[in-house]
Amino acid sequence: MKLLDSAREGLRRDRVFDFMLPPPNFSEDLDTRHGPILYVEDVSVSFDGFRALNNLTLYINDGELRCIIGPNGAGKTTMMDVITGRTRPDSGSVWFGQNIDLLRLSEHQIAQGGIGRKFQKPTVFEHLSVFENLELAMASDKRVWPNLWFRLTGEQRDRIDEILQLVRLTDHARRRAGALSHGQKQWLEIGMLLMQNPRVLLVDEPVAGMTFEETERTAELLTSLAGRHSVIVVEHDMAFVRSIARTVTVLHQGSVLAEGSMDAVQNDPRVIEVYLGE
Amino acid sequence: MLLQRLLSHDRGGQILLVLLLAVMVLVPVLNLAVPADSPFHLSTTTVTLLGKYLCYALLALALDLIWGYCGILSLGHAAFFGLGGYAMGMYLMRQIGDRGVYGNAELPDFMVFLNWQELPWYWLGFDQFWFAALMVVLVPGLLAGIFGYLAFRSRVTGVYLSIITQALTVALMLAFELNSMGFGGTNGLTDFKEILGAPITADSTRVALCVASALMLALAYLLCRAIVTSRYGRIVLALRDAESRTRFCGYKVEHFKLWLFVFSAVLAAIAGALYVPQVGIINPGEFKPLNSIELVVWVAVGGRATLYGAVAGAFSVNYAKTWLTSVYPEAWLFALGALFVLVTLFLPKGLVGVVATLRQARADGSLQRNWQRLASRFGVPTKGEQP
Ligand SMILES: Nc1ncnc2c1ncn2[C@@H]1O[C@H](COP(=O)(O)OP(=O)(O)O)[C@@H](O)[C@H]1O
Ligand SMILES: [Mg+2]
Repeated sequence: MKLLDSAREGLRRDRVFDFMLPPPNFSEDLDTRHGPILYVEDVSVSFDGFRALNNLTLYINDGELRCIIGPNGAGKTTMMDVITGRTRPDSGSVWFGQNIDLLRLSEHQIAQGGIGRKFQKPTVFEHLSVFENLELAMASDKRVWPNLWFRLTGEQRDRIDEILQLVRLTDHARRRAGALSHGQKQWLEIGMLLMQNPRVLLVDEPVAGMTFEETERTAELLTSLAGRHSVIVVEHDMAFVRSIARTVTVLHQGSVLAEGSMDAVQNDPRVIEVYLGE
Repeated sequence: MLLQRLLSHDRGGQILLVLLLAVMVLVPVLNLAVPADSPFHLSTTTVTLLGKYLCYALLALALDLIWGYCGILSLGHAAFFGLGGYAMGMYLMRQIGDRGVYGNAELPDFMVFLNWQELPWYWLGFDQFWFAALMVVLVPGLLAGIFGYLAFRSRVTGVYLSIITQALTVALMLAFELNSMGFGGTNGLTDFKEILGAPITADSTRVALCVASALMLALAYLLCRAIVTSRYGRIVLALRDAESRTRFCGYKVEHFKLWLFVFSAVLAAIAGALYVPQVGIINPGEFKPLNSIELVVWVAVGGRATLYGAVAGAFSVNYAKTWLTSVYPEAWLFALGALFVLVTLFLPKGLVGVVATLRQARADGSLQRNWQRLASRFGVPTKGEQP
């Protein structure tokens, strides 16, 4: 029976093989007239029978700063994996605006389309300089051939300098990224996201391993980004969440447990039970 | 201008190109112009040996490009070298004409021996040099393209990728050993007479082939250098270190790997094509897994991700091999294994890394200090010592 179902799923007529799909057309403006920029609906993911996401439904508004909290293993990283195309859900739908179906796109297309992502473990190109890290992340033609002949324009150089300033790495521009401190790597990665000019930033545990001062500056940076970008932050650090959050979503066992202002969420008896029960 | 841009900050490359230029000038002079009884005369045997090493160096360069810069450890690069060699061998075979043992102008000797009546279709065209040259590039390039497309699309990486590249070369070896394949079976292709109308064993031909190999190596070096210094090269380096980060920056990683792999395979094939007329034979032994592994050792010994390190490694290991196999023929495999273990454990950056460390130490004076400490311990007076 299960076999039959999976065969049927594989032969669904509305979904051809991924590589046969026409490339997405991001040039037509993203349709966010109804408010949300990201629609995650009824998404389920299981790993070997274990349900990491369980009918997760979530809407993110254009320009919003949203915090997502939840105990370890709640499925926060998996949710980001689904949105960015790394994990294909078993069921459900994920739309970018009203017109782009993210489940039909691969990672690089989603990234080019304007969804940037910072990993839980800071990931930068260790053997390249800070400047080169930003240069590679920059929104530009990402195909093979043009990159063989690529030369930085003055405008692009200015853009990199601007971001260097924003993430406070101007003095380190020529250093190898591998030689940066943990906090600086986190910042560099955020800088790399910004170089992509994304509409949506997914930021997974940005202040893990940061000093108090670095945490404060990160909070400042992320709040300043909201408005121009939609920002989704996953974080464990409650003080940090409190300092930036307007709306908080609590995930638990792969679905939304509560959603609302920080105060409302913290006083929700179900949330208290989950966190105390941990 | 372009040369300057490619070779600034590349001391090793500058030295390499000067040496190659010297080879191109000195080899013809010392072999052809200097009389044989002069102490400065370069024997034709040495010229051929040098030419062979230059081909190995080109092969090592090809491997360094994908292993050092992109992290793809191909254990089957000899396959592309061998295919390039066979394409050239087929041309040389057709040049024999009716000078073979059986005197058959239409068929190579081994086909006559097998009682074949006509030339198989895939041998057609190989009597033309331009066609053979095209096939040298096209066949291995296409194979690498198909293989790489399938492997990279399914996201095979690391050890698994290495194993399937090894499987590729083993499969080719077994196929080329079959008489029915029409490539001369285990004996391969040999007894060549002429290349482009010139007798293949003549001194001038040997010199020309050696110079051509040096020229090709220089060209390939510059091309590789152009690739690794471009933004494409930085993307390749980035995906070596953090593949998913690169994907999430919007790059279609598979394409970047694929083109580098194909280019590297083509370089290996050209090396093979230059190699065959110099050694005078190509047989399925060239596809042996061991050959690909030796190649990996050359690059590891020289030092990865510098390009010139691969060339240095190819020369030094092969020189050691030539010497050792003439003194203790049985010892070579053990020496090779030991060399690999030692380099992996103690010299992760290879010979190039040793040189860099020494230079660094000399620059900051620590070499001298260490030397003095050592000297004073053994009571040897040194110049810089304080009274
Ligand atoms: N690739 C995977 N294979 C198997 N299990 C996984 C995989 N990724 C995540 N999981 C499991 O899914 C659950 C949710 O993980 P994750 O999304 O990383 O949680 P969070 O980020 O909220 O801590 C965890 O129990 C984890 O073990
Ligand atoms: Mg997580």
